[in-house]
Amino acid sequence: MEQANSNSDQGSPAPVDFRTEPGRYRHWRLACEGEVATLTLDIAEDGGIRPGYALKLNSYDLGVDIELHDALQRIRFEHPEVRSVVFTSGKPKIFCSGANIYMLGLSSHALKVNFCKFTNETRNGIEDASQHSGLKFIAACNGTTAGGGYELALACDEIILVDDRNSSVSLPEVPLLGVLPGTGGLTRVTDKRRVRRDHADIFCTISEGVRGQRAKDWRLVDEIVKAQQFPAYVAERATALARGSTRPTGARGVALTPLERGDDDQGYHYQYVDVALDPNGRHATVTVRAPAAVSARTTAEIEAEGANWWPLRMARELDDAILMLRTNHLDIGLWQLRTEGDPRVVLDIDASIVAHQQHWFVRETMGMLRRTLARIDVTSRSLFALIEPGSCFAGTLFEIALAADRSYMRDAEEGDSRVALSAMNFGPLPMVNGLSRIAARFYEESAPIEAAREAIGKLLDPASADALGLVTAIPDDLDWADEIRIALEERAALSPDALTGLEANLRFGITESMNTRIFGRLSAWQNWIFNRPNAVGPSGALKLFGSGKKAQFDWNRV
Amino acid sequence: MIDYNERIPNNVNLSENKTLQRALEQWQPSFLQWWGDMGPDGSTDYDVYLRTATSVDPKGWAHFDYVKMPDYRWGIFLAPQEGTRKIHFGEHKGQDAWQEVPGEYRSTLRRIIVTQGDTEPASVEQQRHLGLTAPSLYDLRNLFQVNVEEGRHLWAMVYLLHAYFGRDGREEGEALLERRSGDADNPRILTAFNEKTPDWLSFFMFTFITDRDGKFQLASLAESAFDPLARTCRFMLTEEAHHMFVGESGVARIIQRTCEVMQQLRTDDPIKLRAAGVIDLPTLQKYLNFHYSVTSDLYGAEISSNAATYYTTGLKGRFEEGKLDDDHALQDSHYEITDVEGDRIVKRAVPALSALNDRLRDDWIRDVQSGVDRWNRIPVKYGVDFQFTLPHKGFNRRIGIFTDLHVSPAGELLSGVEWTRQHQHWLPTEEDRLYVHSLMGPCLTPGKFANWIAAPGRGINNQPVDFEYVRFN
Repeated sequence: MEQANSNSDQGSPAPVDFRTEPGRYRHWRLACEGEVATLTLDIAEDGGIRPGYALKLNSYDLGVDIELHDALQRIRFEHPEVRSVVFTSGKPKIFCSGANIYMLGLSSHALKVNFCKFTNETRNGIEDASQHSGLKFIAACNGTTAGGGYELALACDEIILVDDRNSSVSLPEVPLLGVLPGTGGLTRVTDKRRVRRDHADIFCTISEGVRGQRAKDWRLVDEIVKAQQFPAYVAERATALARGSTRPTGARGVALTPLERGDDDQGYHYQYVDVALDPNGRHATVTVRAPAAVSARTTAEIEAEGANWWPLRMARELDDAILMLRTNHLDIGLWQLRTEGDPRVVLDIDASIVAHQQHWFVRETMGMLRRTLARIDVTSRSLFALIEPGSCFAGTLFEIALAADRSYMRDAEEGDSRVALSAMNFGPLPMVNGLSRIAARFYEESAPIEAAREAIGKLLDPASADALGLVTAIPDDLDWADEIRIALEERAALSPDALTGLEANLRFGITESMNTRIFGRLSAWQNWIFNRPNAVGPSGALKLFGSGKKAQFDWNRV
Repeated sequence: MIDYNERIPNNVNLSENKTLQRALEQWQPSFLQWWGDMGPDGSTDYDVYLRTATSVDPKGWAHFDYVKMPDYRWGIFLAPQEGTRKIHFGEHKGQDAWQEVPGEYRSTLRRIIVTQGDTEPASVEQQRHLGLTAPSLYDLRNLFQVNVEEGRHLWAMVYLLHAYFGRDGREEGEALLERRSGDADNPRILTAFNEKTPDWLSFFMFTFITDRDGKFQLASLAESAFDPLARTCRFMLTEEAHHMFVGESGVARIIQRTCEVMQQLRTDDPIKLRAAGVIDLPTLQKYLNFHYSVTSDLYGAEISSNAATYYTTGLKGRFEEGKLDDDHALQDSHYEITDVEGDRIVKRAVPALSALNDRLRDDWIRDVQSGVDRWNRIPVKYGVDFQFTLPHKGFNRRIGIFTDLHVSPAGELLSGVEWTRQHQHWLPTEEDRLYVHSLMGPCLTPGKFANWIAAPGRGINNQPVDFEYVRFN
């Protein structure tokens, strides 16, 4: 019966909900003044998302990051006039001390991993917005910046540290907790900031961090500024970065209306997305629906639809569904990915997106699609796409099939299973390794990619899709039911840990980027360390942190 | 060839230690520059009757003579080594005390020393203008004695940084001279040391209450497994005791003077007493409340993982650790702290390791209370019906459990509105401060004392009260 309860590993009956809005924030203040938005971190100590710990010294938990994620979305969509974003702290002497260690100590391994994944995605989202949306970010570190606090700063375009001979930046995870700076810290220090490896070695092994001139000399920060000049310097840099931004002028924001979701025993129900849970089979079916017809073609029509424009609404719903499944249903190990609708409608919408991709709102919507699909890529669940008659795996929605570990396309007698490609499959929606899913699928070999490109706009039947290498298998009607049943049951019997490792290894192929190094190498090592007695055993460093008791290590190197 | 033993009195074999010589040679000019810039205002040419420690034996530590403060021989003294001292608490209990810094605790120990060291020059900076309004030569001399000893305490901490912490230690030593109390760009580390010490009543309260925090911090560091730190702190404690004497006797003399006038005028009306130029007892109580609560914050949060780690790893013990009768590991014991549950203030048992800040605060409270008890004998002696009391632990706090709460001195939880309505009865108002400030003015004739403070019972080093403790040249 244990398995029937999806929340069994959470230690709390209350599922996490990722929906919020600025009026309900407890930890962040979002202030948009002209082209500069300021996000002030002022964490409510008693505002933890779970009981049992206090969020002291601006330390965060998942609840804090859910607000940050929401705030970034608001800036992207509701405040197109914003060109640069300043992160700063509302507390004296402390910018942010990172993830709350007591929270980590109380959390199951799965909760820790989910938390880290979400925070990683949010930080990647900051860099994604800098790269694609023209939003520039400044970390105005007006106090001690430690651990995850520095990792947040690392995700920004510029780091400014107050020079008060006291405030430092630090990654004290190794010396204090016996774990890694796992929210991208270790990777960004080298890959992004290009801190020399010997300096990085020192920096990551001293708990007190580095401050002042040395922090600048070692490239850990971009500038150090005295307290009295600090606000003026930050404002000056925010204005300078805003100047180089490609965000629009005179645009009106699009309100992100509250996401409507029906929750019941069966699953989660949205307008364009549906999640059906099968706790006994330990799988879920995620269905994405296309609209009946295209309702907006011009930018004016698209803007008028706003948050109801299908690509955005669908992406928001799918994003929420992924997060709900990932966080609240750990034992649902396999997701069947389905679509419903007319592939021609999806292709038609894709054409509008491509035609208006320079328009800020369309660009932001593409960003939302890109990040949502990237979330699928890094989801530690087996993903099978089931392509049947009545489905619409076309263009943008075909990315879902490409993101899956396998795709089964029904070679049906009646009705027709069709897939289709559009320009959206060849660049605008890259994976976190920077490649389109098609390019990654074919290891950037030009022949199959060009053959696929030739097929843009065509409705491909199973045989054609198979010939182009776009699907895994095309069982006919007689085989379909059994084939799928066996595939699901077989998968459900395998070790979930081995599958997570296997899938993560295969999905990103042979091309590495900073982000794949974060999700792959850093996370894998971190997860190993998180499971080792030296971190989480009864006398492990993470377990004992704050108790005053000293960690007892097993000194054998593995 | 510089004779280091002459220039810098010491018992750390300075003349043989090249590393230390190099470090101090570079640091000393910066220190003198700092003293010139931030030490007592306009005092450079004064001859001050000061005590200088020239060695650690009972004779040498109290050598009295006139000296110009920039020429003061700031020495480096550690209490003598006691055979092979053993670590007597935490998880290293029973092992030999460390004569070198263990690499694994390097940064934590350095941080502890820097934080302690930072308070020493900070208080000199806070007090630097007080010399202009001294109520007597005797008090002026005491102020300067406190100042040079804070300077020596800075030397003591810098010695540790230079001798044991390599390049990082030298950089921290420089930084100790670069931070400035109250400076917006470059403040001292602890908030209380960035507040002003605007008048002599504040100075006496500070030395009575805040220097007593110093005593308890030093006393718990004197238990440290790092032997040089323990021995340094033990010697510093002898000097800290003098500072508290200055504070306790200073406030006692103010109380005495006020009681004398109350007796003469047969009144306890603050208006009449202020008209007579003395500080009414309720105002003294408010200053006590203020300094007590601000200093209480220096002990940190009630529940502290840092404090627990410091203890377990042997870096910082409890007050009089050696005299306590328990397992000195505290892994399974509990301590009762004051906490808030809903709208009630309650007692709650928490793991003793995590409550070490609060325990040290409690030790300090007991010590402050006994000083206050001594003050309370004065009104009794004059037939005045007034007793000083310490406010509740939660009163006017900015750190820890009570940070965002309002607690009356009697220990009732109050609403924000109620606090706003009442706090001027409990904390010095602008008007109170202006009144106290109005009394401040130099009174520098030997044997004369400002009207608001009584003369001391006896002078310094058996000199008469009207001795010329400071010569202005």
